[in-house]
Amino acid sequence: MSVAIENPRAVNRPRLGEWTLRSIAITYLTVLIIIPLIIIFRDGLSGGLGELWHQVTLPVAWHALKLTMWTAAVMTIINSIMGLLTAYVLVRYTFPGHAFLNAVIDLPLAIPTLVTGVMLVILYGPQEALGAWLKQHWGISIIFAPPGIILALLFITFPFVVRAVQPVLLTLDRAQEQAAATLGAGVWTIFSRIVLPPLVLPLASGALLSFARAIGEFGAIVIVAGNLPMYSQTAAVYVLGQVESENRVGASAISIVMITIAFTLILVVDWLQHRRNIGVTR
Amino acid sequence: MTTILTSGSLPAVAKPARRPVSIRRMWTRYLLIAVVVTYIAILIVAPLVRLVISAFEHGIAPVFGALADPVILQAFWLTVFISVITVVVHAIFGTIVAWVLVRQRFRGRAFLNALIDMPFAVSPVVVGYMLLLLFGRTGILAPLLDPFNIKVAFALPGMILATLFVSLPFMVRELVPVLEAFGVQQEQAAATLGASGLQTFWFVTLPAIRWGFIYGVTLTFARALGEFGAVLVIGGGIQGRTETATLSIYRALDERHYVGAYSAALVLGLFSLILVLGSELLRRREHKS
Repeated sequence: MSVAIENPRAVNRPRLGEWTLRSIAITYLTVLIIIPLIIIFRDGLSGGLGELWHQVTLPVAWHALKLTMWTAAVMTIINSIMGLLTAYVLVRYTFPGHAFLNAVIDLPLAIPTLVTGVMLVILYGPQEALGAWLKQHWGISIIFAPPGIILALLFITFPFVVRAVQPVLLTLDRAQEQAAATLGAGVWTIFSRIVLPPLVLPLASGALLSFARAIGEFGAIVIVAGNLPMYSQTAAVYVLGQVESENRVGASAISIVMITIAFTLILVVDWLQHRRNIGVTR
Repeated sequence: MTTILTSGSLPAVAKPARRPVSIRRMWTRYLLIAVVVTYIAILIVAPLVRLVISAFEHGIAPVFGALADPVILQAFWLTVFISVITVVVHAIFGTIVAWVLVRQRFRGRAFLNALIDMPFAVSPVVVGYMLLLLFGRTGILAPLLDPFNIKVAFALPGMILATLFVSLPFMVRELVPVLEAFGVQQEQAAATLGASGLQTFWFVTLPAIRWGFIYGVTLTFARALGEFGAVLVIGGGIQGRTETATLSIYRALDERHYVGAYSAALVLGLFSLILVLGSELLRRREHKS
């Protein structure tokens, strides 16, 4: 009996072992993440906010940031629509090749992004059959141009929306949809009025996560984009250029802007997921 | 969706209205499946197939020839070495971090939790640059390390640190949900029976969370194998010394040595793919039995 009474206390009161583990965890994250972040913010802000703003608004840097943002935004819109559709098809329909399709979704998580870039250049590059055909007949160049960036980002972030929406879609009670169908509601009405509303939160978190991921992407883009300043050079590639030419202030300034935007988005995603969890338990 | 109409409990009036709806449904269904399959085929499958074809364009011999190149071989070994160290470190510390986040409540916990996702938000190039600011020639820690002749930047330790940073979230994010689902009851029971903390973890907790653990290890390994931007900046890609597999592919492309680049890219891609899909397959088989 005495053991049973003693034990809950022992669990509640932090013991030496728990303190040790906690300190290890905090030290680990401090060394690996916090210290480097402090250093880069200190470096970028050493000349004051005015200098940071000056570096960010230099034409080449500003163009690189704008390109990064708009390609990420276009990707996010396409990815949201196609990701939602893919999750819907995977959850609601069975067809030959269903399991294969489901496995293919995770493929981009496993393939190194540099390899993704190589694959896209081989398929859509100007010297390859398909790329040459697109260029000749439609006047579209994909590789070494902004469309290539969007294509690479779509490849890399494809799992994010699908895997965010899929589990929620699986838990939806289909009785409501069936009731609506018997009352004569069309496919689109059922989808927009009944299926879509509970999917908005997971869709938003998947979309924001893919946007955040896209801002920093480097491996695929450096291969695919051609990296021409003022045309197809993204922020990450610009930072690399500044590091190589030893322009510390410029590199730190753009890095800070990228980190701030992406981390804010990730915090919003955390918050959205937290809200959804509360909604479920209620 | 038509099951409710055929279940028999509905009046016969419902029947005439059923056919046009279900035909429209059927068309919607085929259309949606076709759109999704086409999208995935164009976006993901076609590039992969094209890479395989390109690598084997001139037969199998040039592929093996390119892979037997000592420079490429050395680059692959360096990548495997860095990845193994990364996985070991994250397996230990990542598990501790996940355990502390799930089992302990303390001030600043939410902040630590958000911090885990930070590497998702930082560009690999920026990761390498941050380490350069710390350990580079004019870095903040240079005066401390130089007297002891410890080289971090443009050397192995810097590349390992960079890979550790970018692959940090995977282990923790895989373990947190399984630890939460496992709960504390069995751990408490073990403690009541006199098991030490380490014994409890080794014999009770770890077996219960092993699939999360294995999947976390696999994802970490795959991420480490494919890291490029961060090791490029901190390592410098010095051929034969700090050149990893991805960096050797990048150089081969630059030198227009395409068969070598495609072969190496194919091997690296397939290796990560087999890792991730393999562990997913194992997990599914375990769940079925």
